[in-house]
Amino acid sequence: MNVGKLVAVIGDEDTVTGFLLAGIGHRTADSCNFLTVKQDTKPEVVESTLKSFTQRDDIGIILINQHVANNMRHFLKDYHQTIPTILEIPSKEHPYDPEQDFIMQRVNMFIGGGG
Amino acid sequence: MSEVPPTRMNQQVFKGKKKAAETGHGLLKKKADALKVKFMGYAKAIAETKSGMASDSSSAFFSLTQAEYAAGNFKQKVSEGSMTARVRVGAGIDNVAGVKLPVFTYYETGAATDNASLGLVGGGKKIQLVRTKYTALLQNLIKLASLQTSFVTLDEAMKITNRRVNALENVTIPKIQRVLDYIERELDELEREDFTRLKLVQSKKNAEIEENQKIKDAAAAEMFAMGITVQEGNDADITAAYDAGDDADVVF
Repeated sequence: MNVGKLVAVIGDEDTVTGFLLAGIGHRTADSCNFLTVKQDTKPEVVESTLKSFTQRDDIGIILINQHVANNMRHFLKDYHQTIPTILEIPSKEHPYDPEQDFIMQRVNMFIGGGG
Repeated sequence: MSEVPPTRMNQQVFKGKKKAAETGHGLLKKKADALKVKFMGYAKAIAETKSGMASDSSSAFFSLTQAEYAAGNFKQKVSEGSMTARVRVGAGIDNVAGVKLPVFTYYETGAATDNASLGLVGGGKKIQLVRTKYTALLQNLIKLASLQTSFVTLDEAMKITNRRVNALENVTIPKIQRVLDYIERELDELEREDFTRLKLVQSKKNAEIEENQKIKDAAAAEMFAMGITVQEGNDADITAAYDAGDDADVVF
């Protein structure tokens, strides 16, 4: 526990490279905490990676590009674990749209509804 | 409800229960309010941080593009080989009204930087800039993740608390109240029954006494008509029926 948890990234090349430079990358013989999603990366691969990240107990936060998350809505909608937390982040080509973020939708519901 | 015997003791027991339930209801309501306040605070903080994140990340992306221009395509190199995370998140716990919220804190393990020789030929400074930009972004994101986790946890805790408040208000307290009402009704009923019974016994006794009196009066009237006056038993000489000479002397 005192070694801390990892931050995982699923996103385009720029996002992953940037965070790897910041030093979150962790690759061992059998596992890796990042996934670069390119044009030809299959959604099934992304989904299975995301699933395996959520089931690992050494990961605390999962960063995911919003345009990738948009393809994983069905999974994110039913995701109720507290840890790891899934965080949607903007990507280079796709500006951030708070309307699509599932957490923001709930936040807006409360702020808008309950004042 | 009917399995509770309607006794004074049970009435006391249920009065105690009702009081406890009402106290608990008040406390839980306070807790729910406290959670709600916190929850709104978190919601606002998330909304603000998320909008700030957009500009942070765009500047980080721009720095990466600059570095690429200066140092050539180094992206492949960055994601190659085995590496150990230099940045990790510590998980602490924050306590809000008895609800434990996970809090992530950013910390560096102090290990050497991976790919330190990157950009040795050129653009090293730009790459350094990318590192700092992304580290700053990462720190913000970790804060945001903490907020988001707290938000989700609080949401859950609030639902549970509200459910408990409503259960106490709409199920438990009315149930106890019904039992109390039942006991009260039964006790009243018992009291009325006792009263009626006593009344009945009394009236029967009275009727009997009256009847006897009537018979006596009638007999006396008859006797009187025949010219005989009956002396009341108490006035008669009770020793008259006995002759003292009948008894033998008692010798001890």
